[in-house]
Amino acid sequence: MTWLRLALANLRAAPLTSLVNAALLALGTASIVLLLLIGEQFSSTLARDARSIDLVVGAKGSPVQLVLSSVYHADVPTGNIVKADADRWAADPRVAHAVPLSLGDSYRGFRIVGTTTDYPALYAAQLASGRFWEAPMEAVAGAAAAREAGLVQDRRFAGAHGLVDGGHEHAGQPYRIVGVLQPTGTVLDRLILTSLDSVWNLHGEHESAHDNHEHDHDQNPEDEHDHGEAHEHDHADAHDDARENTSMLIRYASPLAATTLPRQINTESQLQAAAPAFEVTRLLNLVGLGLDGLRAFAGVLILTAGFSVFAALYGALKARRYDLAMLRCLGATRTELLWSLLLEGLMLAALGAVLGLALGHGTMELIGRWLAASRGVSATGWVWLPTESWLLLGLLVIGVLAAALPAWQAYRADVARTLAG
Amino acid sequence: MTVLQIDNLGFSYGQRTVLRLDTLTLNEGDTCAVIGPSGCGKTTLLHLIAGLLQPAQGSVAVCGQRLDALDASARDRFRGHHLGIVFQRLHLLPALDVLENLLLAQRLARVSPDAKDARRLLDALGVGEFARARPAQLSQGQAQRVAIARALVHRPALLLADEPTSSLDDDNAERAIDLLQDQARAVGAALLVVTHDRRIRGWLAREVQLEPPA
Repeated sequence: MTWLRLALANLRAAPLTSLVNAALLALGTASIVLLLLIGEQFSSTLARDARSIDLVVGAKGSPVQLVLSSVYHADVPTGNIVKADADRWAADPRVAHAVPLSLGDSYRGFRIVGTTTDYPALYAAQLASGRFWEAPMEAVAGAAAAREAGLVQDRRFAGAHGLVDGGHEHAGQPYRIVGVLQPTGTVLDRLILTSLDSVWNLHGEHESAHDNHEHDHDQNPEDEHDHGEAHEHDHADAHDDARENTSMLIRYASPLAATTLPRQINTESQLQAAAPAFEVTRLLNLVGLGLDGLRAFAGVLILTAGFSVFAALYGALKARRYDLAMLRCLGATRTELLWSLLLEGLMLAALGAVLGLALGHGTMELIGRWLAASRGVSATGWVWLPTESWLLLGLLVIGVLAAALPAWQAYRADVARTLAG
Repeated sequence: MTVLQIDNLGFSYGQRTVLRLDTLTLNEGDTCAVIGPSGCGKTTLLHLIAGLLQPAQGSVAVCGQRLDALDASARDRFRGHHLGIVFQRLHLLPALDVLENLLLAQRLARVSPDAKDARRLLDALGVGEFARARPAQLSQGQAQRVAIARALVHRPALLLADEPTSSLDDDNAERAIDLLQDQARAVGAALLVVTHDRRIRGWLAREVQLEPPA
């Protein structure tokens, strides 16, 4: 207690030096904490979006692109696939669920996804209001899309061709919102979902290859909106077979499927199969290089702070050698002096660490709120990562190391010679 | 009770003998001045009594305990508990206020901190109003009184003072010696003043003349 109080008094006696050193440590710590939190939340967001998706089947091309476009809705699709080709794999016994996706249109930057109700089920999404689509041109909006694009119940809107704003509008055939989803904290929040028919209808119009589809499907929409059972349909229906989707999301029946199914799809068909978990890891490794660089920079910042603490303690030692000698005269042992100086380094480091952790988490929380408000991405500063405990420990070690040499000199000092000199 | 017992004491740096003192005994309540010119080993004597140096020959015992028989940590603790030292340069800790300086001295002496007692002592020395002041805010005279209070606050058996009058005029020098005597007596400590200041002659009960060793 005595030494704690004395160390505190000594730090307070040089408030500017102490604060600058604590601030240096805090800035380095905050940078590292922020990078850790961002990295962690980024990868956990990616993992959350791909949670129930073992495999994506789509057109040949870049597997990362396929995953980005079909799982994260962040890139353009690799191309289209013929529905019948995909259905062949959907029927495979190794596949538990297969969810078809048909992409291509958007509304005010929010992608319109033609799919089945199995898709929101992948994310355990619940309706906040309304119902799921039952007829073509009925749509359900994700929570963020609904809020930001004003897609309230019964709102009609025209999809635009293309995945970014400004494409040609399908003005003649507007969608109608029949339901809005509750927030899921996933990519789903930023999508507008509709039936596959809706997308086929619109694009059939343009391509004029399937003039009579619209008519057909209007007659029996019930048949069409559940493509989980599509393979049971009469495959003699040439139109059905020739229709195209963008991709298909697959959930394995058993983990063993991972060893055979992707390879088989890639070699035996014109399709491409990509595993999100694998592609995301690859992607994160690339991004990780950049994060590592930033982390190293923050580490340098902390080391600089460590040296600054060292310089401050070491510089103060000369001025304080009489004080230290006097402490010995008052009854302090060498070991106690050693500890008292280590304690000063430790307290500075602890102060810097606490400030840095608070700053890092606070900043992350602010970023999280901004992201939630502007992007509908959920991120928070109020999480504690296991790595942070190590960071804290490392900082305390740096504090002790910075004080080690001054402490050792105080330990070694010859009191009689100091007082005589 | 014998507070200080010095026998046949000698100290040298290499071949050079810097101190010789055959015998000196101080009992409880004794006051004594060790007077000698520069270079006669006064500071060395003080350091030997405080256990900061170990005798090359002879012995120093404080309260019956030979300091060189103790290990380093025990010696530090023994010094803190049994001795009070007022150096010429006072070395009050600048980061602590006056009262905290006294409380720290009590803790390091391994007596339980007693703020009331510390304040009483400061009052007795006429610096009670500065209890919460920083050492840097005190005049030289006030700081010396605080240093005396700090050396006595744990009620040591022996108070050592190194050149307490060297920077003072005649009136203040006599007052400083009186203060040391009175306060040492008040806590029951023996007093040993080490000085080259010849004005001190006759002010303390006993005097020892220290000569440079041949």
